[in-house]
Amino acid sequence: MSPALQGLITIIIGVGGCVAYFYFSNLFLDKVLYPPSGPNAGRNINRANMIRPWLFLAPAMIALSVYLAYPVVETLRLSLTQRVPGGGYQWVGFDNYIKMSGEPKFWEALRNNMLWLIVVPAMSTAFGLLAAQLSDRIRWGNLAKSLIFMPMAISFVGAAVIWKLVYDTRPADQEQIGIMNAVWLAFEGGPVSVLFLKILPVLGLLGFAAAVGMVAWVFVRPMLRPSGPVGAGTIPLRLLVGAAAVWLIYMSLRSAIGLIGADLPYGVPQTWLTIPFWNSFFLMIVLVWIQTGFAMVILSAALRGVPEDTIEAAIVDGANPFQIFFKIKVPQIMGTIVVVWTTITIVVLKVFDIVFAMSNGQWETQVLANYMYDKLFRANDWGVGSAAAMVIMLLVTPILIWNVYNARKEMR
Amino acid sequence: MSELKLTNVAKAYGEVTVLSNINLDIKTGELIVFVGPSGCGKSTLLRMIAGLEKISGGEFTIDGERMNEVPPAQRGIAMVFQSYALYPHMTVRDNMSFALKIAKKSQAEIDAAVAKAAKILQLEPYLDRLPKALSGGQRQRVAIGRSIVRDPKVYLFDEPLSNLDAALRVATRLEIAQLKESMPNSTMIYVTHDQVEAMTLATRIVVLAGGGISQVGTPLELYERPQNEFVAQFIGSPAMNLMAGEVIETGAQTRVRLENGGEAVSSVPTLAADMGLKVNIGVRPEDLLATSGTPIFKGEVEITEALGEVTLLYFKRAGGDAQVVAKLPGIHTEVRRTTVALGADPAKVHLFANGISLLYR
Repeated sequence: MSPALQGLITIIIGVGGCVAYFYFSNLFLDKVLYPPSGPNAGRNINRANMIRPWLFLAPAMIALSVYLAYPVVETLRLSLTQRVPGGGYQWVGFDNYIKMSGEPKFWEALRNNMLWLIVVPAMSTAFGLLAAQLSDRIRWGNLAKSLIFMPMAISFVGAAVIWKLVYDTRPADQEQIGIMNAVWLAFEGGPVSVLFLKILPVLGLLGFAAAVGMVAWVFVRPMLRPSGPVGAGTIPLRLLVGAAAVWLIYMSLRSAIGLIGADLPYGVPQTWLTIPFWNSFFLMIVLVWIQTGFAMVILSAALRGVPEDTIEAAIVDGANPFQIFFKIKVPQIMGTIVVVWTTITIVVLKVFDIVFAMSNGQWETQVLANYMYDKLFRANDWGVGSAAAMVIMLLVTPILIWNVYNARKEMR
Repeated sequence: MSELKLTNVAKAYGEVTVLSNINLDIKTGELIVFVGPSGCGKSTLLRMIAGLEKISGGEFTIDGERMNEVPPAQRGIAMVFQSYALYPHMTVRDNMSFALKIAKKSQAEIDAAVAKAAKILQLEPYLDRLPKALSGGQRQRVAIGRSIVRDPKVYLFDEPLSNLDAALRVATRLEIAQLKESMPNSTMIYVTHDQVEAMTLATRIVVLAGGGISQVGTPLELYERPQNEFVAQFIGSPAMNLMAGEVIETGAQTRVRLENGGEAVSSVPTLAADMGLKVNIGVRPEDLLATSGTPIFKGEVEITEALGEVTLLYFKRAGGDAQVVAKLPGIHTEVRRTTVALGADPAKVHLFANGISLLYR
């Protein structure tokens, strides 16, 4: 049987099965179990209505407990045990975690994950917001939005393959099929190269450092006031943002200085994915490319929801378009921005496919999910692999809770 | 000084002309009310003055300065929106100081202006609250406060009371009247569809209909000397009764024989040439009185509505005629189902030919 036909049949059986389950179970409840007729009609209706929600929820609850809740418990158990050669398990306590924390690759993965965590949600949300605002009132805005949204429909692996071609490298005497190298080879060390590869990137890095500083200042400033309206619960968050900002500013300034002094290898095709530190960013671009569409769609809807008259009031008050955007529109959709941000953050913490397909964690691009896969399925070390999985879950959970809390607040 | 002048102002959306030939002079210190039925363009006209809508034709000046292309913030206007349009993420204080911050005023100036406006509007206890923690009336006051702090030449109000409940509406209407009283030199333009607001607040009323100005005048002018049938029926509640007839006697007083068999005398003078002219007479319900002489109208009372201080009598329709309504002082439910003959003081009988009052020809 052709795979396409197989797929079709699977879809029909799957969807049909669901519909049939809901239809017939409902029918059974109403016609056989508690029919709304006879001497006990009223009592039967009440009972049927009490059972119905459980009937409809049951498939989802069973599937979630078998495929989600149980694996969590099992993974926790596995992370505390070790396989005994010849079969069976042995309780080892936190040995797996200790072993994992001794591995440099784990710390590399954790560090890279943190970098992903900062860069990807920020860039996706920023680009998404920009695209949503810019495409809002123009005739071909919807076309632009469709194009930007399209990567969402591509699987991560598919996107990774596409971008692998973008970063592709051929020997110097052959024609380059990767666009990065094609552009790179156009630079020859003249003034144009200096402008595009040194001055502009350095300005960009300095601008980034300044932006980070401003954001951090907004977060930290209320704590410095003697009687500011700062809730005690937000202090750890504010300190965290401050610390992250200091680190980011340090990193960007260091990169800027390094770039000024760097002797760039003009005319030589580069294998982009093997350049340490920067290759992580090349991988991040893929996820940003995918997630920007998601952020744009949600934020575009939120922007449309900003009451028109508050914008008109701001116009009458003399605000310019930038002030209207940053002081009137953005604050009003801040809740949605937070939800988008945290949703992407969760995606980022779980990122696996892109790294797996493009660099497989080599050349210092390891991330936690790929590290876990490595340990579980390549090294067959179920103990350490499960421990890595638990670390990922531990990192995701607080963000997930915050995300759900914010999403619910938005809906109210 | 803040004189507004609109010369042949027009508004068109593509092919569709919404407003045309708007000519209006507004003097310093006036409170001008735009009234008209829904869709007559009154809000559009206000938004053109504010600068939120482009002016498609004609010229609009403030103090002699052409404003057509001037951005809203530089026109010296402030606007109060129907839905208040408060910035939901800012406290009352920030809402009121936003415009001043944008204008880069010093903090001391801003604080002083906000404190002054808050005092006038009794908003001092609420300055640090968010709009969502305020009642409708308080929000409306904040919206007004946001205008006051800017000390504009012209205040624009776009149906500011329509989102308030009846009791609050009356109270806020009074507050706006007092506010106007305390700022005799500020010019205000006020859009409403509520004629009570128009009659009570306005220095002059502009009645808009059919894409143009129907009449401009003081509230009493509009009530006593409406220029056309539209204004006559729009101002006053219930609307003025119109009855068709023919002029049978001209001179200082005009006698009209009505199609319903009645006869009316009006103190509107007519020329000899008007003999036989088809006219509509207009009599306000409150001007109809029971009479023993030749009645203007005679009919059976179908429904009475006793409102306490007055009773509204609705007469049975005869054929396709409009329903005649009379308003009598006191309570008169006993006249229901009886036949009543009504007359009126000639001075209160208006005459319209082709929809235009004969007073104004």
